[in-house]
Amino acid sequence: MTGHIQGSAAGGVAASAAVEISDLSKVFNHGKPNEVHALDGIGLSIETGSFVSLIGPSGCGKSTLLRLIGALTAPTDGTVLVNGKSADQARLDRDYGMAFQTSGLFGWRTVTQNIELPLQLMGWNKLDRKNRAAEMLELIKLPEFGDHYPHELSGGMQQRVAIGRALSFQPSLLLMDEPFGALDEMTREHMQTEVLDIWKKTGKTVVFVTHSIPEAVFLSNRVIVMSPRPGRIAADIEIDLGARTFDTRESQRFFELITQVREVLRFDEDSR
Amino acid sequence: MPTREETTRAVALLERKAATKRGTRRFVVFIVFLAVLALAYTGYKAFGEAVDDAQTEWAVVGRILPRTDDLTMPPIVDIITEFGEPPQRNSGKPLVAFIAEASLFTLREAALGFFLGMLLGLGFAIVMLRSRWLERGISPYLVASQTVPLVAIAPIIVIWGSKSMGWLPFDWQPWMSVSIIATYLTFFPIAMNGIKGFQSADPASMELMRSYAAGRRQTLIKLQFPAALPYLFTAFKLAATVSIVGAIVGEISGGVRGGLGRLILDYASRYTTGPSRLYASVIGAAVLGIIAVGLVTIVEYLVVSRRQQGRTVS
Repeated sequence: MTGHIQGSAAGGVAASAAVEISDLSKVFNHGKPNEVHALDGIGLSIETGSFVSLIGPSGCGKSTLLRLIGALTAPTDGTVLVNGKSADQARLDRDYGMAFQTSGLFGWRTVTQNIELPLQLMGWNKLDRKNRAAEMLELIKLPEFGDHYPHELSGGMQQRVAIGRALSFQPSLLLMDEPFGALDEMTREHMQTEVLDIWKKTGKTVVFVTHSIPEAVFLSNRVIVMSPRPGRIAADIEIDLGARTFDTRESQRFFELITQVREVLRFDEDSR
Repeated sequence: MPTREETTRAVALLERKAATKRGTRRFVVFIVFLAVLALAYTGYKAFGEAVDDAQTEWAVVGRILPRTDDLTMPPIVDIITEFGEPPQRNSGKPLVAFIAEASLFTLREAALGFFLGMLLGLGFAIVMLRSRWLERGISPYLVASQTVPLVAIAPIIVIWGSKSMGWLPFDWQPWMSVSIIATYLTFFPIAMNGIKGFQSADPASMELMRSYAAGRRQTLIKLQFPAALPYLFTAFKLAATVSIVGAIVGEISGGVRGGLGRLILDYASRYTTGPSRLYASVIGAAVLGIIAVGLVTIVEYLVVSRRQQGRTVS
């Protein structure tokens, strides 16, 4: 039954796709001696409500791809459609929430004020802002930290606030670029569980850039493995781990999938 | 287990204690520094008098270094007591009252100059922020403007002020021309540090603002301006001192009466009859500069203290 619905959605193409990328290329320093082909001929369709990870060695263009989806940079060739419109239009329509490796919280604003920032820019009134910020603090499990300043929080807490801020205006798409890259392993695993929890509660489409294979496998329904120079999609792996529990990380299937991703990355390394 | 509020309060108390301690230490260092300065002055004077009395052959003192007689270097005690003496035989008030009045007059000029310079400087910074082209086009002229000697343009500004400010809804006073001279000096550090400060906003935060589809003005107000505050306050402190310098030089070269510049000029021309008066009025000018910077520092403390370093956390 589920398979049938997905099949028909695939037939209708863009209708249920949050992101539709075709023949996308990005060249830096075009025509100069230091020209770099960051991405070459990328085609990718991301279904609404899915959790997709982009993984690959550094220089494979995974961050560039994310930035192209988020309209932070313009493509050299090809198109990016987000919710059926151009990426830049989607940006202007505030379809994106973003979180980076650096939390990018404003040090002069309290946690609550940081979460309220996008709402303030969008002209929400004080009461609505306050209510939404309280909801978000509940969602990121930091209800008592609203009046604290970012430097008073740990790295993991700061990252959670950044996610809360990204989700505060309920964008349809959450773009994350190695958000847990600067965290220690324990905090990292804890944050992964938190993010999955938030994803389940909110039903957002998430595009997640990482260089950690276990992280990608644990979080996603789909892992896009990329290869560098020029950036291409090397493999598109469906992740069938079912509901994640504490035992997922120790399951046979988890290790099989990790191996599968690693094999692609290694094969790619050998063939060059 | 103490509650969160108890912990916060305890931390605040400790921070306040530490701040008091820092303040006390700074004051002690300041006093010691003053004492060392006074000692060096008195010591050199005593040394010079001793060797001069000895009729030395080499006579460095008085040829290469300043003479040590009471006319060139009045004793510190004389300078200090001079504050309490009336500057002329028939004037009832002590010198310190004259200096205070003149200081207030000069401070008013400097303050107006400071605020105009702030507006002008921030205006330039915001315009230059618009594009690299504007920055490259404008900044050389800003730099060039500061190489023009102030004593040359000061009389021009005073003349312009008296002749062509009739269109204003209020009467143009000569001291306002002095403010314009102070503005000429103050806008520069504010414009230069302002543009640096606005550009210091974290690139990730700039992209974040872009992702919120925030406009140029919103980005400036919500991100770039707060990020620039540490740079701006450094500039404001610089501007506070040069606004005083500008006002004093402006008074002297523009011939405006009532302020410290004129006072210094008067006492300099009558130096032989009372050298301590000039020293005292110069000390007055220095104190005024310190007060100006102190005022800026108080505002900085009020604005920046709890916002911490005014930077984005990364």
